[in-house]
Amino acid sequence: MKNLIYLDHAATTSTLPEVVDAMLPYFSAHYGNPSSVYDFAQQSKHAVQQTRTTIANALGCPDKDIYFTAGGTEADNWAIKETAHAYRSKGNHIITTKIEHHAVLHTCEYLEKNGFEVTYLDVNEDGIVTPESLEKAMRPDTILVSIMFANNEIGTIQPIKELGEIAHKHGALFHTDAVQAFCQVPINVKEMNIDMLSASGHKLGGPKGIGFLYIRTGIKIGPLIHGGAQERRRRAGTENVPGIVGLGKAVEISLATMEERAKKESELRDYMMDRILAEIPFTRINGSRKHRLPNNINFSFQFIEGESLLIMLDMEGICASSGSACTSGSLDPSHVLLAIGLPHEIAHGSLRLTLGNENTKEEIDFVIEQLKKIVGRLREMSPLYEDYMKKGNK
Amino acid sequence: MYSEKVMDHFQNPRNVGEIENASGVGTVGNAKCGDIMRMYLDIDENHVIREARFKTFGCGAAVATSSMATELVTGLTVEEALKVTNKAVMEALDGLPPVKVHCSLLAEEAIHAALWDYAEKNHLKIEGLERPKTDISEHEEEEEW
Repeated sequence: MKNLIYLDHAATTSTLPEVVDAMLPYFSAHYGNPSSVYDFAQQSKHAVQQTRTTIANALGCPDKDIYFTAGGTEADNWAIKETAHAYRSKGNHIITTKIEHHAVLHTCEYLEKNGFEVTYLDVNEDGIVTPESLEKAMRPDTILVSIMFANNEIGTIQPIKELGEIAHKHGALFHTDAVQAFCQVPINVKEMNIDMLSASGHKLGGPKGIGFLYIRTGIKIGPLIHGGAQERRRRAGTENVPGIVGLGKAVEISLATMEERAKKESELRDYMMDRILAEIPFTRINGSRKHRLPNNINFSFQFIEGESLLIMLDMEGICASSGSACTSGSLDPSHVLLAIGLPHEIAHGSLRLTLGNENTKEEIDFVIEQLKKIVGRLREMSPLYEDYMKKGNK
Repeated sequence: MYSEKVMDHFQNPRNVGEIENASGVGTVGNAKCGDIMRMYLDIDENHVIREARFKTFGCGAAVATSSMATELVTGLTVEEALKVTNKAVMEALDGLPPVKVHCSLLAEEAIHAALWDYAEKNHLKIEGLERPKTDISEHEEEEEW
């Protein structure tokens, strides 16, 4: 079998061995329910509390502001739906952007069907939400602004602090989906004017099925999930103790290595982007080169289609993803690539590579060579390339 | 996700390329939905397809259906080629995932488009051949709960 080259860390990451080790005792030795009164269960309760402290320290907030969820999607649903319900008497207008994850977009669409008004902000060609565009969209009845910290497809990092400030100036709450950014770039909720923040465990070396929502003290949103007194009566259901323990360990490790990883990954990222741009013609980089996650690379190769590219990479043992329609189950390509102004056919030919700590320069060199070959082969097969070359030669 | 046959035709597509001075050329689909197929046919004086070639911009299924379509029509008369349906292309590939059925429709339409071009160039009327649709799209269906 070929060696696997995994370049899809924005989809998920492998659970770190130290994380698995930390989790294991909580399946067997310490299986007690944190809500039980007997002494045996106290270890579970303590472990949950410990992760809460680790995350709170990472974000610069009190422990009690962290609430565990089943992942980033639940956290997004919770923040948006329950803010809408709790603050309805104040207004029914919500502002978000055209490049959000579907966990935010579909939740907003659901609220639109239930009487709320939602503004979807445009982004510039780099995928940035400008403070001016938010300022213009704010209204007296705006109760919530939800803007992702960094984009999952093109890696663009938003000016969160400025955007949060504008939301607050107009009396609205500010939520950010930080699933891709948490433990990749420094975040301080207080300094950055963040009222609510969603994150997930499996993007940073933790297990799947665990995440959290930060809710600033004083924000009066109720629970999304009803049925018990867990998480200060705000998120019912027996805690996923092994998951929470794993999340805590993953955050601890990721924070400790963040600076070093960011340096290494951004160097690899820039190396690859520069080489591909120089060596494969008719290629563009999607997203901002300056305000970008250290591990995100996103290309569009003109005249070819993304799914074909992914299958050919897969045959070489390379795992990647694309914004092509064929990978999304619909006929439309990525809403993010359309929002930054790409025409459909160029959006279809996009490729996302997201680096992790284990990726090496040798792997990147191999991928570059494969890409040159595969893109060339698909272009030879493409009627769009044929038309372009014939027109060009005339 | 794909059958072995689809993967084989994707990895080793048959008859990729152009035919110079082809008897008929047809292009269908659009870049907007991510699929364009171009079919070249070389047809002899007895209306038999001597050679078929293709170029495709599209997903794995689009490439495989084009490749299979060129194989299926080679050696057929124009009238026979007209009867090669998307179902026949799919069956020859041991099936396609439901979201990729439109790729096989595109392949059928590409054959028709090339035949239409041939008929027009030679002022022929081919029984049962209609002006091809250039745009094949289907409405996404909501899944029922």
